Amino acid sequence: MLTWLTQPLTYAFMQRGLLAAVMVGVLCAVIGCYVVLRSMAFIGDAMAHAILPGVAVAYLLKGNLLVGALVAAILVALSIGFFSRQGHVKEDTAIGIMFAAALSLGVLLISTIRTYAVDLTHILFGNVLGVGASDLWLTAGLTLGVLATIALLYKEFLVISFDPVLAATLRLPAELLRNLMLILLALTIVVSLQTVGVGLVASMLVTPGATAYLLTRRLSSMMLLSAAIGAFSSVSGLYLSFYTNVASGAAMVLTATTIFILAFLLAPRKGMLWRLVRGRHDSAAICPPDGQPADGRPAGKGK
Amino acid sequence: MEAVLSGQFKESAWLDVEDISVAYDGQPILCDVTFQVAHGARVAVVGPNGSGKSTLFKALVGLLPLLKGRVRIHGLPLGHHQDCVAYVPQREEVDWRFPVTVADVVMMGRFGRLGWLRRPTKEDGAVVTRCLEQMGIADLAHRPIGELSGGQQQRAFLARAMAQQPHVLLLDEPFTGVDIATQESILELLDQLQAQQVTMLISTHDLNLAATRFDRILLLKRRVMAYGTSAQVFTHQVLAETFGGQVLILPDGTTALDRCISEETGAKLRC
Repeated sequence: MLTWLTQPLTYAFMQRGLLAAVMVGVLCAVIGCYVVLRSMAFIGDAMAHAILPGVAVAYLLKGNLLVGALVAAILVALSIGFFSRQGHVKEDTAIGIMFAAALSLGVLLISTIRTYAVDLTHILFGNVLGVGASDLWLTAGLTLGVLATIALLYKEFLVISFDPVLAATLRLPAELLRNLMLILLALTIVVSLQTVGVGLVASMLVTPGATAYLLTRRLSSMMLLSAAIGAFSSVSGLYLSFYTNVASGAAMVLTATTIFILAFLLAPRKGMLWRLVRGRHDSAAICPPDGQPADGRPAGKGK
Repeated sequence: MEAVLSGQFKESAWLDVEDISVAYDGQPILCDVTFQVAHGARVAVVGPNGSGKSTLFKALVGLLPLLKGRVRIHGLPLGHHQDCVAYVPQREEVDWRFPVTVADVVMMGRFGRLGWLRRPTKEDGAVVTRCLEQMGIADLAHRPIGELSGGQQQRAFLARAMAQQPHVLLLDEPFTGVDIATQESILELLDQLQAQQVTMLISTHDLNLAATRFDRILLLKRRVMAYGTSAQVFTHQVLAETFGGQVLILPDGTTALDRCISEETGAKLRC
């Protein structure tokens, strides 16, 4: 068993891949909590796809692909904000427009490039085993930066997400914080390209956070559990990929999905099974035989 | 309890609203509103639906911009003392499914005093515990906010307003839709706060409550219809002017409001 775990680590590419996968898993899972709570899944997916033209332009200019991706993601995030802020276009409509436009621009640019095949498939589907030493340093730096920002602005992000009215009375710069969060999300997506690629990053953002939401009742514990699920999915996905020779990004996503389904069925309080049992218990408690009142739980509101 | 209410609470506010007009969604709602509230006074804000009570509160906390005029607290304009005004809206527009406990929500009241990058201290925790105890919801501290009943949620947000240790407290219809026990504990809280000289503006539909439990009454109908003691404000003429056919005044002075009759709507106002 132990050799089963240590044997892959004798390869340097596996060591680097594992480190990158864990960092990306944790980073996506932590910022993913806000993606889940603030309903930003669609904008995350749109940003991931919008990266394509940035990568193509960087490729044509022989620049750094990750920098190109980052610039494109931030530009799209801010333009979505710009179009929807006027109030005439709803945010999801603005996302739909920008998302398709950026993707088309990417396809258009790529169709002019003859020899794109290798590098660009990596952007689309990720290649965690191809992570180089310099990529690893970049990933580590960006991961630390984003996580530190989320930790330092924990109070402020909590208030603008939970209660915009209190945020306004405390005179927090809500618009600035919202844009900062979009930039953090863009950074996260760009870092994730190496491991899961454009196509699957939305799942790495949403699935661990959604799982942790079912199992916790406070934001801080939701983030910790989400990070643990993200790291576990990344590592087990990578081992699965090593031993069964399947695509690593897909294996990571499917591991996270399996954990989500288990939590959905079995979570205490919010899980399906729990609700079924609880529902039967409650209906029995409505008219207890001895005339005592039911268990006194106040009716949930806003559920 | 004394510890919560000491310190900043002692410094109550003098609120000076000077000739303000406020619009909501491009429509002017309040016009030329002028009034002053003395240190530690308790003012009932009364008026028909759509008279601008909520708009006034939102303008006082800076949620809506002033078209003209100015608001001064302690002689300084709005925004100079971000945490000295606490506001409890009529219906909280929060995300009820957000993973926060009741204690987390009350702790948010401390964030204004903490400022950027600082974490809550033990002292903040102690203030939160005392505010929860005073509102009688200490046993609910670790429950998710979304699981509470309406009255319990109201208490939680009042506890948060107290944790802000405000000089000015704005409550928008705290007596609407709560049970008698909650209403009584809110009134008790108001008495305690008044003893600590917190300046309070509270909107209500209950004219008898306004007449009996408040120092001053501000009668609003998009403008100030009357402002003063209940004897000065609740005259037959002023009430009839403000509420039209909605108000019934019995010979013994009791007043009754018919809130089923809709007010004149679409009356466009120009400031």
